[in-house]
Amino acid sequence: MAELPEKAKCVVIGAGIVGNCLVGHLAKLGWTDLVLLDKGPLPNPGGSTGHASNFIFPVDHNKEMCLLGEQSANQYRDLGLSVDSGGIEVARTQERVDELKRRMTSAVAWGVEAHLLTPEQVKELVPFVNTDIVLEGFYCPTVSVVDSLETGTQMRNVAVNGGCHVAANTEVLDIITEDGPNPGDRTVKAVVTDKGTIETTYVVIACGVWSNRVANMADAYIPLVPAVHQMADVGPLDILAETNNEIGYPIVRDMDTFCYERQSSGSMEVGSYAHRPIFHHPDDIPSNEESALSPTEMPFTPDDFDLQMEQAIELMDMLGDAEIKYAINGLLSLTPDAMPCLGELPEVRNLWSAAAIWVKEGPGMAQVVAEWMTFGYPRVIDVHGADVSRFYTEERGDEHIWARSAEHFNKTYGIVHPQEQWESRRNLRVSPYFSRQQALGAAFFQARTWERPQWFESNADLVDRYEVEGREVEWDARWWSPITVAEHLNLRENCGMVDLSAFQIFELTGPGAVAYADYLAVNKVDVPVGRSIYTPWLTPDGGFHSDLTMMRMGAERVRIVTGVFDGGRDEFWARRHMPVDGSVAFANVTDQITTLGVWGPNAPHVIGALTSQDLSQAGSPYGSLVDVELDCGGRTIEAVLFRISYVGDTGWEIYAAWDDGPALWDALMSVGADYGMRPTGGGVYGTSGRLEKGYRLMGAELESEYNPLEAGLARPKVKAAPFIGKEPYLAARESGDPAVSMCVLTVEDLTDSQGRKRYMQGGNEPILTQDGRRITDSHGRVSRVTTAGPGPSVGKHLLMAYLPVELAQPGTDLQVMYMNELFPVKVAGTGAVFDPDDTRLRS
Amino acid sequence: MRILCCVKRVPAPGAKINVADDALAVDATHLGFATSPHEECGVEEAVQLVERHGGEVTVLTLGPPEAAEQLRYAASVGAHHGVLVTTDGSAWDPQRTAAALVGAIRGLEAADGPFDLLVFGNESADSGGFQVGIRVAYALGRPIVNGIKGIEADLEAGDGVVRARREIDGGFEVYELPMPAAVGVKEGINLPRYPTMRGRLASKKLEIVELVPDAEPGGQSLVRLHRPRETVTETEILGNGPEAAAAVVDVLEELGVA
Repeated sequence: MAELPEKAKCVVIGAGIVGNCLVGHLAKLGWTDLVLLDKGPLPNPGGSTGHASNFIFPVDHNKEMCLLGEQSANQYRDLGLSVDSGGIEVARTQERVDELKRRMTSAVAWGVEAHLLTPEQVKELVPFVNTDIVLEGFYCPTVSVVDSLETGTQMRNVAVNGGCHVAANTEVLDIITEDGPNPGDRTVKAVVTDKGTIETTYVVIACGVWSNRVANMADAYIPLVPAVHQMADVGPLDILAETNNEIGYPIVRDMDTFCYERQSSGSMEVGSYAHRPIFHHPDDIPSNEESALSPTEMPFTPDDFDLQMEQAIELMDMLGDAEIKYAINGLLSLTPDAMPCLGELPEVRNLWSAAAIWVKEGPGMAQVVAEWMTFGYPRVIDVHGADVSRFYTEERGDEHIWARSAEHFNKTYGIVHPQEQWESRRNLRVSPYFSRQQALGAAFFQARTWERPQWFESNADLVDRYEVEGREVEWDARWWSPITVAEHLNLRENCGMVDLSAFQIFELTGPGAVAYADYLAVNKVDVPVGRSIYTPWLTPDGGFHSDLTMMRMGAERVRIVTGVFDGGRDEFWARRHMPVDGSVAFANVTDQITTLGVWGPNAPHVIGALTSQDLSQAGSPYGSLVDVELDCGGRTIEAVLFRISYVGDTGWEIYAAWDDGPALWDALMSVGADYGMRPTGGGVYGTSGRLEKGYRLMGAELESEYNPLEAGLARPKVKAAPFIGKEPYLAARESGDPAVSMCVLTVEDLTDSQGRKRYMQGGNEPILTQDGRRITDSHGRVSRVTTAGPGPSVGKHLLMAYLPVELAQPGTDLQVMYMNELFPVKVAGTGAVFDPDDTRLRS
Repeated sequence: MRILCCVKRVPAPGAKINVADDALAVDATHLGFATSPHEECGVEEAVQLVERHGGEVTVLTLGPPEAAEQLRYAASVGAHHGVLVTTDGSAWDPQRTAAALVGAIRGLEAADGPFDLLVFGNESADSGGFQVGIRVAYALGRPIVNGIKGIEADLEAGDGVVRARREIDGGFEVYELPMPAAVGVKEGINLPRYPTMRGRLASKKLEIVELVPDAEPGGQSLVRLHRPRETVTETEILGNGPEAAAAVVDVLEELGVA
């Protein structure tokens, strides 16, 4: 065996499907001087790839998981290491039948061929299914079975042919970092193994279930836990053997029992996501030598599987008399939010994660990471949901990882509502008003770690006042309340107060602060002190990384205010691109500042009752920051009034010291009562108020696949100063009209085939032409609902979607698919459907 | 036929076995457990005998409460009754184990009549004492032959005869043992079946008789365990296809065979 090199450009740790595909993709992108390590032997070093069931169902409601699954399936196909077996998800319950309608809708959204089957049609495809217990089937002919080991070998060989050094049976003992380049930063320096040390510029952790342990060597975190997925191989079964094929029958997913039955030559693999969550700390996984089979094929615990056996026999009686030849507690990776961990780790520069990835997404996600390392951002698709920098500190510890993974493990085949809330690990971060909000009956939704009121039960009286209708279908009414509509109408008539304390607030200071802020932002940050700007931050390719507010607080001080879902990513981005000359300092001041939004026609009266400040557009113009002293029940509180609105009515965001929050809340509630002000939840702020104004939201409308021109956020001119993504942005501007425009659509009739009113949820429902065709643009991007919600002030259910420019014309009639039914929609335009001239904002 | 199979719960084979820090026990952290392989064959043989001749198979184990898993496993492949002679899980020497089994068997036979055949494994996979079966048979006054790789029962001959076959250099020996008798079987006597799903589910309903043994320690005590030195072999892939030929030649020359 050749000696381990002493130096390399990049060391990839882990030779499973991910690490192998990663070095292959890096090599294809021109990387040389690569080293691939694994502590186990090749071609199967003993990780999760070696025991995977190796099938890919192509439909997922989640865009990233679905499209990267498709990308991966196609890479397996291109290598000739994939067979389209087809697959059927069967429903035993009416709730699942409804869910299959939602699956059909997602299949249309992502362009996957799918059919709903009667029980008889299921039996035609899989004759040994007991259709007495099946109500319906969801059939995808392109469900595929892949050879992940051989794919890994071939991708590894691509890299080897490009000079990649491969070292099997080589265990990583440590990852060495060095301080810098900025204070508080660390940068990766070397990988220490039992065969020697490699100095390296980049390290990628692709170690599957061991990834967090390896990251911990560098005092970094990849929040995942090794979890058991039980699988038993039973046979032989003549009907399967007679196919003379590895896979001759479609795979059956018995969705209501969280199990699957997948032919493997003459046997059937029965796999389960139904048993109790069984987790192992990575330190407790045996070594290759200590494992009877492999480290990730742990001893089977049959007691956990008995119910699944009964259910499997119910569905396929022949399985009962087949012998259990092989059964394992196979390990796979789970994360606290059920999404992978991709990207550079925020703790250490040039230390990357390609982890929590299953075989079904392996090649595609490896490509994502390879592109990210090469171009500064992935090009396949936007992956903000999988970005490892999304996690907050509270999400990186084992307590959180284990609790959340335990909660979602049994939802692997579950019916998960788009708004579904977690039960475990609540109240991790709360605002200064939490106890007051609890007393008002706030329904809290958690945004990552932060609790935010979605509506207040104390406002139930408004439902009668505004005669708000409920929703007839339970699914549409789940995680929703008519109170949120009533709060909206009250804000438009009187005033609403919204707790915005979950805002993530950073400050850049120092002589280079303004120039650096301008380098991050599309729009000009170098504005007079006391002014603010809304601006996108772009990726190097000119797509959206972020959209946020930047405030010129002082000559050498810029404040960044961003949403809680993107705080981790934005903080990492801001720190990662900082100049290394010491001219800029970064601070996260989230914990020091609380924010309340007060909006509505009476907002000037409410705030005016606490201050003598001129609150007219002259004294507090839109976009301005005004320092004020607020008289809060005899106590003076210093605050900044930021005149801005995300809901379409005049008002302010009030920034004050965290500890002053309770007194500020009490004073506003006290004076607000005279003006009809109500505490108002995120349902208005984040959905209905925003939607009526057509305001875009990062992660929904704004993704790296779209640019400001397409999102309708391009300004007439481009600033002279350089900024990230400027060249592609200029090129896009010069190339003429954008391919698509972000539009607001109104649903013209909500009635379904059963005469019930239905309400789209904003779960990627496809927009279709009047003759039912999918709509894609010249880049292949599909038109789908990015946000949906009520427009109480315009009397319509509203949708947002990108449409090709020729369709993005007001009055264009289209359709939206929801729960496998079609509803007529009309394009309202690219901007606001409520107060399009912003008269109310300027009042 | 009434057959009693004695089985032992042992660490599942195939993995490196670690020794606990005090060197007095196996470190079971990463281990699965299984029925000692010779005894797994014993259960299969017993089940086949009653499938041919009728009757019932009782499986008995001496061990910790977790050893019930091995009784259920035996039930999942066809055994009818399970008896757990409970210990605290510490290693019992062969004399003590045999004494406890003799006590248990006498009690079972007093209640339900004698067993026609006692089936033991040739030796256990962990401690390998080679003597429990012989001690039990001797104490009960029954003939026993060890190393058995074939059993036939002739219920018509006298009070019944067991013909037991064992391999020797260049051939095999056949013994005739009048029932009640005992045998110690070896792996290879059959290919044990895997449990079916229905078998596994049925085994959940097995009612396990628990007996508390009364047996004094024998003369053998455990001093310490140690792991024998392992020969580590490394496999090196010299290349793929014709390109590997030169490397193969180099190796052959290095070994002096080319």
